[in-house]
Amino acid sequence: MLQIKHLRVSINQKEILKDFNLEVKAGEVHAIMGPNGTGKSTLASVIAGRDIFEVTEGEILYKGKNLLDLPPETRAREGIFLGFQYPVEIPGVSMANFMKTAVNEIRKYKGLEPIGGADFLKLMEEKKKLVEIQSKLNNRSVNEGFSGGEKKKNEIFQMAMLNPTLSILDETDSGLDIDALRIVANGVNKLRTKDNATVVITHYQRLLDYIVPDFVHVMYDGKIVKSGDKHLAIELEEKGYDWIKQELEANASI
Amino acid sequence: MEQITIDISLKDKMLALFEKNKQLLFKNNSKSMIDIKNNAIAKFNEIGFPHTKLEEWRLTNIEPYLKAEYQHHLQTKPIDVDIESIFQCEVPDLDTFVVVLFNGRYIYKHTPLTKLDNGTIIGSFEKALEEYPEIIEKHFNKYAKNDKNGFVALNTAFAQDGIFIYVPQNIIVEQAIQIINIINTTEEVFVQPRNLFIVEKNSSITLVSCDHSLTQTNSFSNAVTEILIDENAQLNHIRVQNKGKNSTLLNTTFVEQKNYAMLTSNVLTLNSGFIRNDLDISLNGEGCEANLYGIYLADKTQFVDNHTFVDHLLPNSNSKELYKGILDDKAKAVFSGKVMVRRDAQKTNAFQANKNILLTDEATINTKPHLEIYADDVKCSHGATVGQLDNEAMFYLRSRGLGEDCARMLLMYAFADEVINKIPIEALRVRLGNMVSKRLRGELSVCDQCVMHCHSKSPTQFNIDLSKL
Repeated sequence: MLQIKHLRVSINQKEILKDFNLEVKAGEVHAIMGPNGTGKSTLASVIAGRDIFEVTEGEILYKGKNLLDLPPETRAREGIFLGFQYPVEIPGVSMANFMKTAVNEIRKYKGLEPIGGADFLKLMEEKKKLVEIQSKLNNRSVNEGFSGGEKKKNEIFQMAMLNPTLSILDETDSGLDIDALRIVANGVNKLRTKDNATVVITHYQRLLDYIVPDFVHVMYDGKIVKSGDKHLAIELEEKGYDWIKQELEANASI
Repeated sequence: MEQITIDISLKDKMLALFEKNKQLLFKNNSKSMIDIKNNAIAKFNEIGFPHTKLEEWRLTNIEPYLKAEYQHHLQTKPIDVDIESIFQCEVPDLDTFVVVLFNGRYIYKHTPLTKLDNGTIIGSFEKALEEYPEIIEKHFNKYAKNDKNGFVALNTAFAQDGIFIYVPQNIIVEQAIQIINIINTTEEVFVQPRNLFIVEKNSSITLVSCDHSLTQTNSFSNAVTEILIDENAQLNHIRVQNKGKNSTLLNTTFVEQKNYAMLTSNVLTLNSGFIRNDLDISLNGEGCEANLYGIYLADKTQFVDNHTFVDHLLPNSNSKELYKGILDDKAKAVFSGKVMVRRDAQKTNAFQANKNILLTDEATINTKPHLEIYADDVKCSHGATVGQLDNEAMFYLRSRGLGEDCARMLLMYAFADEVINKIPIEALRVRLGNMVSKRLRGELSVCDQCVMHCHSKSPTQFNIDLSKL
């Protein structure tokens, strides 16, 4: 589904991703872990199409298409979803208006008729339950005045509404208490199918107790330096990132 | 030097016009009104038209607009217009009492002045002068400041017609009054409507003014409105401006508020040729409340200027001001908001903000919020922002599948919405919200019918027979 090959990405002449490689197949959950400043969020933004980064080398193929040629909205319509680390507050744009526009833009892209008002409201209610959002979301402005937990729930709610093929969740666990973490993780799990895939970016193993990954990758200095299964995450939690650094240095000295 | 010559020539022309038409201008005027007009023309003679060397007009160069060879119609002409055939209200659930100023003159179907069952009087200023001279005498020029600028003095001197509204004590006027102000002429006209709105104690009324031009001919409108909101009375004033590119509109409004009087003003400028709105508010009572909201959308080479002055004279009053603008292409806007807190005006709360979005490098906003405070126990704040659309928000919306244009529209509309949602009448709020989004999409042209009655299927249908005017 997703193939990232030899990707090099810079911002303001500073190289962030250095020969990054990753392959994600349908039905898989990948976790990308690593210390601060190793390029995890940059990776997520580049896949979603943020234009402040410069791709200097490599390619990203998604369902065989060159993703780097597409604007962010087309990527979204093709089924890519980015769960933001810091969801943006947009005063004056109601959640209902925002989601209805988004759902219909995606439907239009797929050649479907716009969703009817009643069906849309039903869909909103149904997906709200998935992430246990009790409040009246419809008329609230996007993320405005939302608590940290509500913002993250809202990301997963949007994911549920848009039903993406590939979801990149950028530190969806940061700032969540244990109950909210469980709710968010349950939401993600319920959305898992054999046809879609999820990439979870996180610092901590904690989230992976709930969203169990098929693969765990450790990122360091702009590339993946170690891959394994879910046990790698547990090992990381025990030994810390210094363990990876030492291993890298040891390899380098050989 | 050339510009000054032209300025002088129009000034001289106006002075001569006054001398020549005294009989018309003083018709039905009392002795004291005649004195006021003579003093006003003397004031105009003394100060002339404002120019860019004056601080209040530094960024508003009116001189080029004084050059045209304007026609001045001081003689009232018989009219026979079927207003209802012209205006078909397209706003659902909006039930208004409609009055019309056509090229600065009151036009009507049945009667120039209506007295409602509750005693409210609505109609022509000129006719009111004849029928209710005591009311006019009591209020005319009591709130306007002729020394504010030459245009105000000129308007006072030439005051003939306009809208007159009088609400007696203890009356809630349920039906909103809708004032349609149209310029539609093939010749270049200079019009000077003079409006007087009196809301007596414990009364309340909602006014919806629509400034509109239908032709692309040069026109100059110098309108002055005097408003009294007496004790515990309330006025909601919504003003919608949709003017053609060759029209010049100066709108100067003076408001006097007594104890516990409340004013809510919404000014929505959807299209402007050259518009200047001056809102001059005296909070001459305790416990007053003045809420001033504005939104201006301008593109191409449009110019819109909002000057507000809120004068806190006595204690315990609140004023709140929020003006927002979206400027595209080479449009220019000016915002100048002044809040004065006098020595006696303790416990004043005054809040003022002006926020702008510039969509191009060539669009310009000059914003100047300012406070002048002489009391020591007050809460005041003011601020201004100028920016572009938020890139983070753009990316967020696009990452959910919204196209770039759609995302931009949504953000611009959201920006405007903070002001739109202050409009107190729901049917109007919805309608104007639609007008604004239409405007932002570039679908609203000034050739549509008056904003309040616009229906896109049939554009301009003003079939007024000009020969009858």
